[in-house]
Amino acid sequence: MSSRTAVSAVFRSALRPRHNPLLSSRFSVLQTRLLSSETRQAIDKAVASAPVVLFMKGTPETPQCGFSRASIQILGLQGVNPQKFTAFNVLEDEELRQGIKEYSEWPTIPQLYVDNEFVGGTDIMMSMHQDGSLAKLLEEKDVVVPAEGGDA
Amino acid sequence: MASRASGAMLSRAGRIRSRLQSSLEASALEIEDVSHQHAGHAAVRESGAGETHFNVKIVSSKFEGKSLVSRHRLVYDALADELRAGLHALSIVAKTPQEVAPK
Repeated sequence: MSSRTAVSAVFRSALRPRHNPLLSSRFSVLQTRLLSSETRQAIDKAVASAPVVLFMKGTPETPQCGFSRASIQILGLQGVNPQKFTAFNVLEDEELRQGIKEYSEWPTIPQLYVDNEFVGGTDIMMSMHQDGSLAKLLEEKDVVVPAEGGDA
Repeated sequence: MASRASGAMLSRAGRIRSRLQSSLEASALEIEDVSHQHAGHAAVRESGAGETHFNVKIVSSKFEGKSLVSRHRLVYDALADELRAGLHALSIVAKTPQEVAPK
């Protein structure tokens, strides 16, 4: 489908997932069961780093899991503005990978946040994509690319 | 497959079924093991045993008045032990009896 190719191209060029210095440098290898306040603060910052934040496996260009891939595709179809989007690759950071599950009280990845609010994982994104509530949410938060053809 | 250690008499699908049945009083429940679709997946190789990816369709009156996130959390909570023990991914469809009733 050509629309999908176009969408991927937009994502590829503009959705450089920022490698997150905040998280990577501070997260050591130690594995804690309880979320340390330091980890929590780092994740707070990650969640707040853009209006739309996806914690995923791999990068938007090369997702490492089908659920993460599907989530990126949904965000692409929704026309999320790449400038308002950040992806965090949990595979790069074991403490983030574990920490985000506890932080969100959600045991799986990917996880979508919009405007600091946890939205859900792939199933919820898919269901909201289908019933129109995701489009509504993203529009309300003003995070979609403006409709084309409006440049007078 | 059949050689799992004692204590795991039921397949994971069976355990998922009984957990969801008892804690969420599911009025309809479909569980599908789709681990084979993820055979090359790193998490599957790590866990060794297969039984990592499941599709769950559940109808329960306990979902009434609850957001999707809350419904999924109820399912995840019921399956916390399995998630700790190698269950890697769940695709969840969680409906109320009313939502699936023929109109």
